[in-house]
Amino acid sequence: MREISHVEIMSSGHARGDRMVQWVVYFAAILVSAAFVWIVWDLVRGGIGHLSWTFLVESSRDAGRAGGIGAVLVSTVLVLLIALAVALPLGWATGALLAEYVPAAGGLGHTVRYSLQVLAAVPSIVFGLFGNIFFCVYLGLGFSILSGGLTLACMLLPILVSTAEAGLRAVPGAHRLSATALGMSRTATLWHVLLPAAAPALVAGLLLGIGRAMAETAALLFTSGYVDRMPDSLLDSGRTLAVHIFDLSMNVPGGDAPAYASALVLIAALLLINVLAMRFAAGWQRGKMVTV
Amino acid sequence: MNVRGRRGPGKPEADQVVAGENNSYTLGPMQAGPACCAPQPLIRVRNFSLFYGGRTALDNISLDIYRGCITALIGPSGCGKTSFLSSINRLTDLIPGCSITGRMHIDDSDIHGPATDLQALRRQIGMVFQKPSPFPFSIYRNIELPLHEHGIKRREDKDAIIQRVLQDVGLWNEVQDRLHSSALSLSGGQQQRLCIARALALDPQILLMDEPCSALDPIASGVVEDLISRLRGRYTIIIVTHNLAQARRVANYAAFFWVKDHAGRLVEFGHCRQVFESPAHELTAAYVNGARG
Ligand SMILES: Nc1ncnc2c1ncn2[C@@H]1O[C@H](COP(=O)(O)OP(=O)(O)OP(=O)(O)O)[C@@H](O)[C@H]1O
Ligand SMILES: [Mg+2]
Repeated sequence: MREISHVEIMSSGHARGDRMVQWVVYFAAILVSAAFVWIVWDLVRGGIGHLSWTFLVESSRDAGRAGGIGAVLVSTVLVLLIALAVALPLGWATGALLAEYVPAAGGLGHTVRYSLQVLAAVPSIVFGLFGNIFFCVYLGLGFSILSGGLTLACMLLPILVSTAEAGLRAVPGAHRLSATALGMSRTATLWHVLLPAAAPALVAGLLLGIGRAMAETAALLFTSGYVDRMPDSLLDSGRTLAVHIFDLSMNVPGGDAPAYASALVLIAALLLINVLAMRFAAGWQRGKMVTV
Repeated sequence: MNVRGRRGPGKPEADQVVAGENNSYTLGPMQAGPACCAPQPLIRVRNFSLFYGGRTALDNISLDIYRGCITALIGPSGCGKTSFLSSINRLTDLIPGCSITGRMHIDDSDIHGPATDLQALRRQIGMVFQKPSPFPFSIYRNIELPLHEHGIKRREDKDAIIQRVLQDVGLWNEVQDRLHSSALSLSGGQQQRLCIARALALDPQILLMDEPCSALDPIASGVVEDLISRLRGRYTIIIVTHNLAQARRVANYAAFFWVKDHAGRLVEFGHCRQVFESPAHELTAAYVNGARG
């Protein structure tokens, strides 16, 4: 009897501490999920009534109060595609260079890494001003989807480079040794072993980049502008979804419902891209996507 | 299942089915090789030294590795066994500051010569590491990758080779239904056999094995050891092992390395039996009898 109570005291003391920690952890997790659920629920509640097929395909009328977001979606996709088409190859190639080809502490690597750190800390409004001066004025591209995409590409570079470099460095050295011992060239090792092995990190970086690009307003106001007509070419001004939401909620009285609906579309698109990217990474690793 | 013959004019022997403890292996057809242990040097090492920066890791090693035989490298930790193996396929090139003197020849070609085609060299030398290290891709992809790299791209050719080498390592029956699932889902012993299969896929003449069983449990280790014995004659094998009993069981020749003056040296080389039973050197005697090291 005495022994049992002794054990009980011991264990309940420990157990209480354990349970406390457990509760704190649970609480934090619940809080985070609750915030997400609340945001989504709020968007759904405010936006679902306004959402319809015509809303998705029609161009906006009356400053966005009527009509839809067809033209805005097209502009968004174009800006995003240009940004990724420029930033992905550059960013991943730079990441590969830093991780595989230059000494970790060497001069070139140090310089590149330092520039990227500075670039990453620059506020997006400054990118907007830079993009406006360089792409719109100096290169004569004007307020255009092309200017916006290129400005976004500059913003995405630091994220893409650092995630790619970290991902490649995290690939176990054994893979490099094995590939070399199998007579694979350095390029082939990078291309067929290291990059696919780092695919989850690359995709995570890509998603961060897409998220940042889709959310960007400040940098785009000065570069791709806010014309909400359907763009005829990449040299036309075009309004992205985030700029549209910003404009509706700040400048357009009575624009709340379409703003909510647009935000809902934005979130849904991000979730979809997330799922697809994860699928792609898994497929890449299994060697189904990249077979050459 | 259809086991395709290997290249070469030698008439393949019939499939050999070996019933193990509870596994049965179908080995691919053997190429008629030289009778084991007719001492015919394949790799000749002469006055070979290796340095990491200014530190000597291997000092003046000379020995012959005989064609078709299994040579065991034994010796205490840090005596340069791994360094020796990596010099043979020039993995040491990856280490900054690593340099060598002396010579290593495979038949007549100088391994460390300036004209050596590294990819061709590594193609004829397979290597298996201590820790099973399959790529984090599918089982199929693991073997397909090196094939691709060396120009074997036709689907039927790849399939045939992949089936053959998986049969060679006794893995075919276990994985033929899930060739496209991740290699990381295999057990440690299976992963190590996959790595051996991957090394065999390029039809190397030489197989370097760096403690291939030390990360495995005794049963998996036994399976791999059986496999190694069965590869004798078809490949020239150099195996590093800390397991002296294993060296005794599988090897034809043994080389004993020892650290002296902070550098690895070859103390004794000879028939496995002679090295273990009547060692010429007292260090060897002490080591194989477990007194030191
Ligand atoms: N990359 C390296 N850079 C510098 N020194 C190294 C390197 N690799 C090995 N060495 C040194 O060379 C010596 C031989 O190392 P090696 O790995 O060849 O020994 P080993 O016989 O394989 O040992 P073990 O049985 O523990 O695997 C050791 O003293 C080690 O510290
Ligand atoms: Mg070693």
